[in-house]
Amino acid sequence: MNIGNLIKISFRALSNNKMRAFLTMLGVIIGVASVITMLAIGQGSKESIRSQISEMGSNMIMIQPGAEMRGGVRQSSDDMQTLKLEDYYALRDKTRYITACSPTVSSSGQFIFGPNNYPGSLSGVNQAYLDIRKLSIDDGTIFSDQQIAAAAKVCIVGKTITKNLFPNGDDPIGKVIRFNKIPFTIIGTLKEKGYNSMGMDQDNIVLAPYTTVQKRVLAITYIQGIFASSVSEKMTDQAMDEVTQILRTNHKLKTTDDDDFNIRSQEEISSMMTSTTNTLTILLACIAGISLLVGGIGIMNIMYVSVTERTREIGLRMSIGAKGRDILSQFLIEAVILSFTGGIIGVILGIGTSFIVKFALSWPVSIQWYSVILSFGVCTITGVFFGWYPAKKAAELDPIEAIRYE
Amino acid sequence: MNDRSIIRLENIKRYFQVGEETVHALRGVSFSIKEGEFVSIMGASGSGKSTLLNLLGCLDTPTEGEYFLDNIPVSSMGKNERSTIRNRKIGFIFQSYNLLPKTTALENVELPLLYNPAFNMKERHEKAKKALEAVGLSDRLNHKSNQMSGGQQQRVAIARALVNDPVLILADEATGNLDTRTAFEIMILLQELHRDGRTIIFVTHNPELAAFTSRNIVLRDGKIIKDGLNEHIESAQKMLDSLPKQED
Repeated sequence: MNIGNLIKISFRALSNNKMRAFLTMLGVIIGVASVITMLAIGQGSKESIRSQISEMGSNMIMIQPGAEMRGGVRQSSDDMQTLKLEDYYALRDKTRYITACSPTVSSSGQFIFGPNNYPGSLSGVNQAYLDIRKLSIDDGTIFSDQQIAAAAKVCIVGKTITKNLFPNGDDPIGKVIRFNKIPFTIIGTLKEKGYNSMGMDQDNIVLAPYTTVQKRVLAITYIQGIFASSVSEKMTDQAMDEVTQILRTNHKLKTTDDDDFNIRSQEEISSMMTSTTNTLTILLACIAGISLLVGGIGIMNIMYVSVTERTREIGLRMSIGAKGRDILSQFLIEAVILSFTGGIIGVILGIGTSFIVKFALSWPVSIQWYSVILSFGVCTITGVFFGWYPAKKAAELDPIEAIRYE
Repeated sequence: MNDRSIIRLENIKRYFQVGEETVHALRGVSFSIKEGEFVSIMGASGSGKSTLLNLLGCLDTPTEGEYFLDNIPVSSMGKNERSTIRNRKIGFIFQSYNLLPKTTALENVELPLLYNPAFNMKERHEKAKKALEAVGLSDRLNHKSNQMSGGQQQRVAIARALVNDPVLILADEATGNLDTRTAFEIMILLQELHRDGRTIIFVTHNPELAAFTSRNIVLRDGKIIKDGLNEHIESAQKMLDSLPKQED
């Protein structure tokens, strides 16, 4: 008995009862489709959070002064002066895991141009800041090293500032805006970034050389923070260790002393935020998995009934020469065809539903190819598993009794 | 007719254990059947004819004795070997046709060949077509079994029994479910097959049918009480012609 004939026999048997075959498959179809859709939705929301975070720079490391106590009072990081430009130079020159770093100092206030004004904060940074925060120049240029050295009164502005200060759509490049009575010449604009996942407007931003903000705006010598990029997201932990070592040495801290700075990575924030969606995804997948199992049991149920109902057919097949294993294979193949076909339809339906959810509800959806393969594999295995028992029962029938079964 | 022995039974005994009791279904049966014989096996219910049929059809094995089918000893064969021998050597015709439902005549007839890897699709198709032509159903190849009358269904079943060129055709009350007229038609077909040299065993409880076969074996209580050649084989065709014409 060759397998081709068996498949043909099984197909004929199934096509004799199309409605029933379809209803049996329905369990598997729904199971597979829901596994795929649920995982796609779960993964989609996870990815959308991740991408929003990586827009802010997924390998970003933030260093802030901190943990300083003065007379038992823990100080606000803005008032602390533990981070110096020397720390920035050290990080810039001595690290292996950091590709870019920028000191930051900032001051909030009102930006004014003619009759228009808008509140915002002026950040003093260097050129590397753009890479670290995944910002890019839309028009104009970034300030040069000379301008940093000279503490030039130049700035780059985000879209929100442009819109509010130049409502007529004038070209902002070359215009002079005032911040705390200090005039700044706009030399570039930034590409629009929109709101981040925390609802903060990422376009309300004005960048100037850090030297300018330090000397001309705030009149300070310390810096308020350092932004850095690690070589890659995976290397963030090494980079953080390295930064800690360098800063501790620089600050001449004893081994028993606490750090006088804080290091946070975007990675930490992102994993915290995705862990919630992870739990949700697992939950959804579990529910979907259960429906797949129920689908498998549906196959077993129908195959079991089918064996009883087709006892005479089995008897006939045996009397004209079918061996026990031929009958076993036939019923097993029928079960596998049911689950396999159900699986294929389920995959199509699942992918279809994912796209409908994506476009109709505009939810973030990301189809996971592993979920397609997984659910498909699981449903084929359930087919064999749940088809086995009824098939075995069929194969063990006595042809003499089976052929006369009423 | 030649002397090639198709069936040889040597003191076949078959006992069944029913609870404490042993039922002696066959108490030592011996006979042989040569190629080309048309044998009727008769007996009332409980005479052991069903048991004998099961043994002849290699569906069952005897408790004692040896059975040679086409000179092959069957008694000691396992289940799978018997399946194969049924597939190659025997054609079954049942009282209730046992066709696959919702399946065409052609597919029904092809069925035994599907369990024989020696045939490919084209050969199966041709052989099945030829068998259906032989039983006069060449115009019904693609009719489904549930669209056919009882007589047509039984013809399909006969075609199915012929398709593997068996050495032996086993008919179990083959006319039992049919009206008189159709029963004669089927008997005519079996007599034609007999004339063509087929070996047929016809198991029945109806003594009238014995007149159409070439040899009669009568069983009672698990033993043969009569085994004789029929000198005057009645023609089923004549009997059919003698029936009053149906008016419809």
